[in-house]
Amino acid sequence: MTAAPEQVDRSTDVVDVAREQVLERGVGLTEAQVLEVLELPDDRISDLLALAHDVRMRWCGPEVEVEGIVSLKTGGCPEDCHFCSQSGQFPSPVRSAWLDIPGLVKAARQTADTGATEFCIVAAVRGPDKRLLSQVRDGIKAIRDDGNDIQIACSLGMLTQEQVDELVAMGVHRYNHNLETARSHFPNVVTTHSWEERWDTLRMIRDAGMEVCCGGIIGMGETLAQRAEFAVQLASLEPDEVPLNFLIPNPGTPYENYPVVEGADALRAVAAFRLALPRTILRFAGGRELTFGDLGAKQGMLGGINAIIVGNYLTNLGRPAVQDLEMLDELSMPIKALSQTL
Amino acid sequence: MAYCSYCGKQADGDHAACQKRLSVIDPPRYCAECARRMVVQVTPAGWTARCSRHGEITSAR
Repeated sequence: MTAAPEQVDRSTDVVDVAREQVLERGVGLTEAQVLEVLELPDDRISDLLALAHDVRMRWCGPEVEVEGIVSLKTGGCPEDCHFCSQSGQFPSPVRSAWLDIPGLVKAARQTADTGATEFCIVAAVRGPDKRLLSQVRDGIKAIRDDGNDIQIACSLGMLTQEQVDELVAMGVHRYNHNLETARSHFPNVVTTHSWEERWDTLRMIRDAGMEVCCGGIIGMGETLAQRAEFAVQLASLEPDEVPLNFLIPNPGTPYENYPVVEGADALRAVAAFRLALPRTILRFAGGRELTFGDLGAKQGMLGGINAIIVGNYLTNLGRPAVQDLEMLDELSMPIKALSQTL
Repeated sequence: MAYCSYCGKQADGDHAACQKRLSVIDPPRYCAECARRMVVQVTPAGWTARCSRHGEITSAR
């Protein structure tokens, strides 16, 4: 015998409240409301995803922003971000490597060939030194000399004002710097720098006129309340883009034995972040392959996501780009064209 | 193959979890011939892994 579904009080049900507040008025959920969403039972997930999808369509439109990323400088990072296989402080199998300029140009071309409008150059560092910035400058010039007009983003750690200005002068239009997790949980994840130091870099980026890309990782031991706290802290930053990652428990890191985020929890998180950030580009990033598999990726795309990273990540592999592009085609989701972003 | 290219241990034994990671999300990290850690570069469409003794291998894609 199957138990009858519990009656939902429509006056206080968070999905109905969100329909009026977020869908109709475009006002993101509060921290308490996000927590309610994250605590919804499994039998409400389909309602929740449908609403998050409606919110995305209403406030962002049907286009999907496609991006490729590449690691310019891999491994050997002095910081101790506990999730990261590139930290030099942990016995990870990832060894240091530098990508040369021809390799960077090739990666940018491969990314543009997928129809992507964004190419993000990433380095595993606390912050860039002169050598790294010089490599980025030369790399961007070489990408342009190759006839590639893809928009270029960077993720090079914490910046000084001078470095922010240099990146603007190079034509970098968006900068990624993830807060990673809730402020209250950050000291459990990173001890070599503070959440506030990251915040300071983000403010400089915004003030300099670059687009702000700031997200984090779900599944690093945070409570649901901290997950809600994080969503609302991101909303207060008003980022242009939020990449949502799901922990990949990488060998050698302190989190190597953490469980992969359950698909249902991940879907609730996707929808909750969309309802907290109705107008933001919400990007599926690392870890979705382990957490969702193929079926769940579609559910996420129909649950508030409007951007994806195609192809591989920095040290881990993603699905072949063609699979994701076919999925978008199947879902009748158009890829945002470069002409719309320039 | 003498060594698992995911964990670097001897290949005889249970490496089902290693194989799953290699099939979904990880490039090889250890040389299958000598278990040295390789220098791996992942790019959007593939990867290369170089062993200082046994040379470079690349992804099929």
